[in-house]
Amino acid sequence: MRPFAYTRAADPGQAVSLVGGDPRAAFLAGGTTQLDLMKDGVLGPERLVDITRLPLGGIVHDDAAVRVGALTTMAELAADPVVRDRLPFVRQALLLGASVQLRGMATVGGNLLQRTRCRYFRDPGVAACNKRAPGSGCAAVPGVQRMHAVLGTSDHCIALHASDLAVPLTALDAVVHTRHADGTRSIPLTRFYLPPGDSPHVENVLRHGELITAVEIPLPAWGTRSRYLKVRDRASYEFALVSAGVALVVEDGVVRTARVALGGVGTVPWRARGAEEALRGARADAASFRRAAEAALAGARPLPGTAFKIELARRTLVRTLESVAEESS
Amino acid sequence: MKQKHGETGTRSSGSAPSGSPPSPPSGSPPPPASDSAASGSTSSAAAGSGPSSPSGVPHVDVALRVNGVCHALRLDARVTLLDALRDVLGLTGTKKGCDQGACGACTVAVDGRPVVACLALAAQYEGRAITTVESLAADGVLHPVQAAFVRHDAFQCGYCTPGQIMSAVCLLAAGEAEGRTYTDEEIREAMSGNICRCGAYPHIRAAIHDVLAER
Ligand SMILES: Cc1cc2nc3c(=O)[nH]c(=O)nc-3n(C[C@H](O)[C@H](O)[C@H](O)COP(=O)(O)OP(=O)(O)OC[C@H]3O[C@@H](n4cnc5c(N)ncnc54)[C@H](O)[C@@H]3O)c2cc1C
Ligand code: FES
Ligand code: FES
Repeated sequence: MRPFAYTRAADPGQAVSLVGGDPRAAFLAGGTTQLDLMKDGVLGPERLVDITRLPLGGIVHDDAAVRVGALTTMAELAADPVVRDRLPFVRQALLLGASVQLRGMATVGGNLLQRTRCRYFRDPGVAACNKRAPGSGCAAVPGVQRMHAVLGTSDHCIALHASDLAVPLTALDAVVHTRHADGTRSIPLTRFYLPPGDSPHVENVLRHGELITAVEIPLPAWGTRSRYLKVRDRASYEFALVSAGVALVVEDGVVRTARVALGGVGTVPWRARGAEEALRGARADAASFRRAAEAALAGARPLPGTAFKIELARRTLVRTLESVAEESS
Repeated sequence: MKQKHGETGTRSSGSAPSGSPPSPPSGSPPPPASDSAASGSTSSAAAGSGPSSPSGVPHVDVALRVNGVCHALRLDARVTLLDALRDVLGLTGTKKGCDQGACGACTVAVDGRPVVACLALAAQYEGRAITTVESLAADGVLHPVQAAFVRHDAFQCGYCTPGQIMSAVCLLAAGEAEGRTYTDEEIREAMSGNICRCGAYPHIRAAIHDVLAER
């Protein structure tokens, strides 16, 4: 690890000015991404601004939404009674992620900003990575792919966004609240992440030094049923090969509302609007679910190592839809 | 260094992993503040890296509360909680496996909850109640989880064992607080952050079941 200075921010405004005013400074929350990548030599900030003692924790509820402080841990959010009752797929996504230890350390803000698990990105010994070294090329496209994306990719990058939590939050139209040098803003999660295009190193719309203060999760209508299904190489403590987050209202065997997002397939958490359109007003049956799954993967660009993901993702989505529909009947 | 569970006190030790004694930098502007020893302080000044060592590597004053004893340390800001425990405080019960948060060998309890100490900066954990495997046995009597691990042969090489035991202790304490028990499936899932290369998993779960049955 390269040497760095450590500063414990006294208040959010100071945290923003310390990082915003110094291009070589970075925020430190739970540290489970930040320190990991610093040890690997992928990140090398000269100053870490510890935000963990700022008053940005806590969960507040009203009739319409759950407002989650950015420093709330994954474990705390999973244990929230409203999340348990009204947002089961958010709870499932949290509890199927990482390990007990990591879920108690990792924060919700940090989770949304976790970096890709692409081995080429994480190994500075590999010269070509447009995300790590802009303009250097992409070693994954001609290389070994598995934990990579098939949707939202470009010729310059196929790195996956690996957050489980971001999948249901994307389906729910969650909103990220931030603070920056000139004030505050609210960014819909569906417009928060940027696909790689020809600038894979720019991953989201945040400015340098912009602090996530809270994430607002709108509550779906009463009667909504939801589920997060994660398919992976081992039973626990592993990132998704593919995953699906689904929230449906089904009445009399007909889908009234549908929210669908996929994980493990996109360079950004993937909202499957085509699938939602295919489902709305359709009978909750196998044929509709298969049509929705076809629509969800339309436009996928497989490489030899990721081709298996397309059918796997379709089947995962069908299975998730089936189980939610079953629960609704 | 051995401490009894519940013992309290304060010890001071200077430590620069580089081996060089820290001294104030000359001519550089003062850092935001270096009076970070009191955690939960109400001061609005930022606390953080104090004077660098002569090599220019930023250091930080950290008061670590480990197994009931408070240690005032001066550390290279890069020192993780794991390295502070092992290399500075000599508490080598906590193991370093992957050093990347993936194996759980470095699991310690912070305020009663399990944390992988390799992904924790020491400075970040100032003032928190840190408990390591060294604190479990009291007066030569093993903690019930330790005793159950011995009874069930819940290890071969033993490298993962301190981490496994700390995770199990935290799990069982949480269960006790909530007045609940655990199914085999739940134990499996809750312990999945602790990898055992020797594959002692069935014995580890048997040991945990045994402690649950004893209550
Ligand atoms: C072994 C392992 C397994 C894992 N498995 C999973 C898994 O299965 N599923 C999953 O979803 N995740 C998984 N993760 C990723 C984990 O969830 C993230 O590392 C974690 O959520 C990051 O949160 P943090 O608080 O530790 O962030 P940090 O590491 O502290 O920060 C991450 C990034 O976000 C920035 N940042 C943090 N907070 C803020 C804020 N409030 N405002 C602005 N910037 C901020 C930091 O500067 C940094 O760049 C795993 C991680 C490890 C190490
Ligand atoms: S050494 Fe910390 S998790 Fe492996
Ligand atoms: S006993 Fe050898 S790694 Fe677990």
